[in-house]
Amino acid sequence: MKPVVVLVSVDSNSVLKGAREYKNLLVNLVEEYNLTNVVDVLETGSFGVYLDGVLLEVLPDGVYYLVKNSSDVREIVEEHLLKGRRVFKLEVPPEKVRAGVIEKVEVPRETRVVLRNAGVIDPANIKEYIARDGYAALAKALTEMNPADVIEEMKKSGLKGRGGAGFPTGLKWEFTFKVDADQKYVLCNADEGEPGTFKDRLIMEGDPHSVLEGMAIAAYAVGANKGYIYIRGEYYESIRNIRKAIEDAYEYGLLGDNIMGTNFSFHVSVRLGAGAYICGEETALMESIEGKAGRPRLKPPYPPVSGLFSKPTVINNVETFANVAPIILNGADWFRSMGTESSPGTKVFTLVGNVVNRGLVEVPMGTTVRELIYVFGGGVEGGRKLKMVQTGGTAGTFIGPDKLDTPLDYDSFTKYGVSIGSGVILVVDDRSCAVDIAKNVLGFFAHESCGKCSPCREGTRVALQTFDRLSRGLAKREEVEHLWTLADVMQQASLCGLGQSVPVPMRSLLQNFNDEMEAHLGRECPAGVCKFAREKSKRPILR
Amino acid sequence: MNVTQIEKAVKEIYERVKSESLGEEEDMLINVLHKVQDHFGNFIPPEAAETLAELMDIPVSRIYEVLTFYTMFSTKPRGKYVIRVCESTPCHVTGGKAVVEALKEALGIDFNQTTEDGLFTLEYSSCLGLCGVAPVMMVNDMAYGNLTPERVKAIIEELRGGEAK
Repeated sequence: MKPVVVLVSVDSNSVLKGAREYKNLLVNLVEEYNLTNVVDVLETGSFGVYLDGVLLEVLPDGVYYLVKNSSDVREIVEEHLLKGRRVFKLEVPPEKVRAGVIEKVEVPRETRVVLRNAGVIDPANIKEYIARDGYAALAKALTEMNPADVIEEMKKSGLKGRGGAGFPTGLKWEFTFKVDADQKYVLCNADEGEPGTFKDRLIMEGDPHSVLEGMAIAAYAVGANKGYIYIRGEYYESIRNIRKAIEDAYEYGLLGDNIMGTNFSFHVSVRLGAGAYICGEETALMESIEGKAGRPRLKPPYPPVSGLFSKPTVINNVETFANVAPIILNGADWFRSMGTESSPGTKVFTLVGNVVNRGLVEVPMGTTVRELIYVFGGGVEGGRKLKMVQTGGTAGTFIGPDKLDTPLDYDSFTKYGVSIGSGVILVVDDRSCAVDIAKNVLGFFAHESCGKCSPCREGTRVALQTFDRLSRGLAKREEVEHLWTLADVMQQASLCGLGQSVPVPMRSLLQNFNDEMEAHLGRECPAGVCKFAREKSKRPILR
Repeated sequence: MNVTQIEKAVKEIYERVKSESLGEEEDMLINVLHKVQDHFGNFIPPEAAETLAELMDIPVSRIYEVLTFYTMFSTKPRGKYVIRVCESTPCHVTGGKAVVEALKEALGIDFNQTTEDGLFTLEYSSCLGLCGVAPVMMVNDMAYGNLTPERVKAIIEELRGGEAK
């Protein structure tokens, strides 16, 4: 390692702000000034926050810079690297990068378990992962624990599935472990498609080995020797990083036959999605890996009994797998020291929409919506008024400012009607209209419904039409009231999670923003977004 | 491209991707289709689908079921640049609606249409997972963020200009 290291935060968001170009420029300038013996320029994953440019960190000084153009980069090289003088005007205080804007002491700090390596290591270098205890948990599991111990530890930890449903991971593994079969599989659900979610993407881009290690431990625990990572087809960077990580892990004997000299073997391959939100549903994802259209299966049987190719299968989300190695290494008690009683550990949240600092943050479970928006997110953009927040993703709840103090964990939906889902915090300011948002949300579901079952296929279409008519001043009161019945039918009769969860955003919008629904029935849009069709002529129409 | 050439290309791709299989039936069909589509420039010709059906010993209808189910695949030729613009809520509330309108205007087409010069196809996309820099679109595998109606027009002009040279 050279005495000075410049880390450039390269992820699919920062790339769009020129991160790659700045990194290449840095490399060139370092050469130009003959600094190659002392300065290393490395790419790392996401620092978490997106300011108005690209973030760099100069080590060992621990100085963060925000660069917006190539002359900024040049200045940092010429001043800081060459002459040792910090460029104060480009500096960003570390707390702004690493833990949001924190002034008060009692406010929770960011706690990084899943993102322990993102923005710290070079994701393309397996040695850097290993140097930070990478694959030590797998070694511990293989040499000191039998599969039942691993499952017991996972159960004790209380880790719940981070994809949104929150099913206890240890139980899922135990069910699969207990089934006798000649072949079992471990699947990683990396078909991240919930609007507003990009945590899995940044985990795969910033620390791909943490996912592979989690999968290998799961495979050992349940007795599987094959695994697939199903990644969205549009996630080019994630696909590249995971493939590279798999290749390196094979080379180091951490995947493949007889891992670490034991008789445990585990083979992993990447499968690509092709633009279907429904494939995030576990059985649809299995259909897709089997080379079919991704339509969900009827459950039961559940995957631990009959999953991929009708064999017992463990399927977990990317973030869930990234939690596994730290739990095995540090123990369940350590994990339980974070978060809440019912939902231990941390959660990665993505802050999106009209918020000052968009990005991702990992905090203990039980952090409130207000803390996420105002402490980590820096508040509403442009000092505007907060209108609503959608928590948990497009299938999550819309809440008004009165519910901001709700602590988020896997109980907050049943307790307070606020869902945690995949960890999206979508901030919406007062320029948006609730009916227009409803139209957008239903438009999404109508587009993504696979069409296999009619409650979902027809339900999403009817709901979309109703909100569309409402936004044009054409809907009658009965139509809007009928949406409640429709929501009940969809929840009870839909085949899979997609149709079953559409009622969640629908009901919360109808309930928490009833004023606006009423206003639209009276052909008025308080936010001034909707354009109403011309009033029909008053003359009675002959039927 | 004639039928023999297509057959040859598909065979080569199939042989290459086959190594990704973990030994299970058809577990790499979608991966192969991605590669075939990339090879033929944004769509999968019927001859390619037929060749693949033969190679994998599955009915052609099965391949078409997959092709027509997933939005990333197309059975008809698309433009050289396939534009996927996000219309999900995080983009919607940060100005996505105006961006979509600007795109349609700059291209003179609606969703799922291709410009007459065969350069652009416009497609709707659900969340692309780049909400940190919303609103967002992808042009083939290149992503563009922090879009405004003006930027969208400039990007289209630039791509058009690059073609004219």
